[in-house]
Amino acid sequence: MSFLSIRNLSVQLKGGQRLLRSVSLDVQPGEVRGLVGESGAGKSMIGKAILGTLPQAVEVVSGEIWLDGVDLLTLPPRPRRRRIGALAALIPQDPLTALNPSRRVGPQITGRLIDILGWKRPEAEARARELLAEVQIDVVERVLRCYPHELSGGMRQRILIASAFAAEPKLIIADEPTTALDVTVQKQILRLIAGMQAHHNTALLFVTHDLGVVSKVCQTLTVLYGGLVVEEATVRGFFNAPQHAYSRALLAATPKYTDPDASLLPVPDAVVQALEAQVAAADRAWHG
Amino acid sequence: MGDGRIQVRRSAGARLWLSAGWLLFVTLIAIFAPWAAPKDPLAQDLFSGRLPPFWVQGADKTFILGTDSLGRDVLSRIIFGARIALAVALIAGTLTCLIGATLGLLAGFLRGWVDVVISRLIDIWMAFPPVLFSVLLIAVLGPGLFSIILAIVVIDWTRFARVIRAEAMGQGAMDYVAAAQVAGRSRLGTMLVEILPNVLPTIVVLLTLEMGIAVIVEAILSFVNLSISTDDPTWGGMIAEGRTSVHQAWWVLVFPLVTLFLTVLAFSQLGEGLKDRFDPVLR
Repeated sequence: MSFLSIRNLSVQLKGGQRLLRSVSLDVQPGEVRGLVGESGAGKSMIGKAILGTLPQAVEVVSGEIWLDGVDLLTLPPRPRRRRIGALAALIPQDPLTALNPSRRVGPQITGRLIDILGWKRPEAEARARELLAEVQIDVVERVLRCYPHELSGGMRQRILIASAFAAEPKLIIADEPTTALDVTVQKQILRLIAGMQAHHNTALLFVTHDLGVVSKVCQTLTVLYGGLVVEEATVRGFFNAPQHAYSRALLAATPKYTDPDASLLPVPDAVVQALEAQVAAADRAWHG
Repeated sequence: MGDGRIQVRRSAGARLWLSAGWLLFVTLIAIFAPWAAPKDPLAQDLFSGRLPPFWVQGADKTFILGTDSLGRDVLSRIIFGARIALAVALIAGTLTCLIGATLGLLAGFLRGWVDVVISRLIDIWMAFPPVLFSVLLIAVLGPGLFSIILAIVVIDWTRFARVIRAEAMGQGAMDYVAAAQVAGRSRLGTMLVEILPNVLPTIVVLLTLEMGIAVIVEAILSFVNLSISTDDPTWGGMIAEGRTSVHQAWWVLVFPLVTLFLTVLAFSQLGEGLKDRFDPVLR
């Protein structure tokens, strides 16, 4: 059985607007799956639903989220939080707001190990040092004593990556981890995440709108449109022969550095109309 | 180098030390009032009424800041008045802060029905006119230190609750809070470990402001004769008495007024100074 298995997950704004329309998705142990789609396609929503951090205005309508053999949605809040905390972790989008500005970096990494997982302080501190070295921070001792505002964005993202891997989670959800960074740092961070993933053999759900990133980091990918799964494929299969018209349009809309003068193609109207019809049909089936 | 931050820090330091110094001075004098005061603050002597302060013609040098119309020593009364002012400031300020900040934190972080209940309570509470409310309260409870403190707490907790609620709400939307939740922290744990340190500077500023306000409220209530019994010297009471004879004896009004003003100012400046100290970005 897959490590993470989402079955027919539907999520809506309280009041009716649906955000995810019966999404199913699997992640095997150690698999790196890309989750791509336009803004508003619901890719971040899936990550938030798994981790139990959906905004208050959003509710799960139906579906199952199986994490290591247990349906998270059937658990009461406290055991659910504990289970998620033990098995999964998040690499957030914006490193500038993802560290607590009033606490030093060291306690933020070790605090979770000590308070929640019951580690001893020296063990946790040794672990933090080891991980910071692993994310290629060479002034470990100084960084541990810094406040977040004293560090650059790339540095903070490295700390968050270290922090995500700290408790040896089996699944990491990376929510557009490079969007807030500048291009040169992006590449380093991507390489770092890929390296850490391979080293720890962690399953990774990589949320992004950048197909170029997917082709470098992921093994499989899921394409979303309007909260519907449009295509599921291996990365090799997808880039060689995309099945869905929308996938082909997305690939055609990606700039190619081999031909910088080629004009970018928007997604054709016919494809969008077909997708909207699909979305409407899903909603009819739901309300019917 | 002309680094702006060094400038900021220096002025913040001066502000902090000046205000803390004044408050420490007032506190010490209040604690040791029986030794610090040159005279008995209650002793009346109608033959030496309205004596001017020591540097004015016709002063009795033993009444340093002069006497009021009943011949009581102004300086001694200010010193003993500091006891009541500070007691009210500390107790009422702290209680208001505890109640208001706790409710605000709960409402802002937990949201949902907790927020609905607390926010509606705040709205309803703030619809009462505060002065009328406190006068009514003291009329019912009878004047006294306890009534004043209760009146301040009851009126002013909403100030804390509203500000801290908004602040906690803003912090609650940050990614680090989501990260803590994902890591498995309980709701209460997240509130105390992640949110509280970030709203603490605001709480400190509000607390010191509130202490200043408490001193003023006590003075206002004394002014309308609803504070402690009229025998006990209070700054507000002295100002009220001084007002009636301001043309013959300005010092009875001016000295308590200046003390009150400096103390309230010191409280608010202490808050600002502490905020700069607490803020990790400015530190």
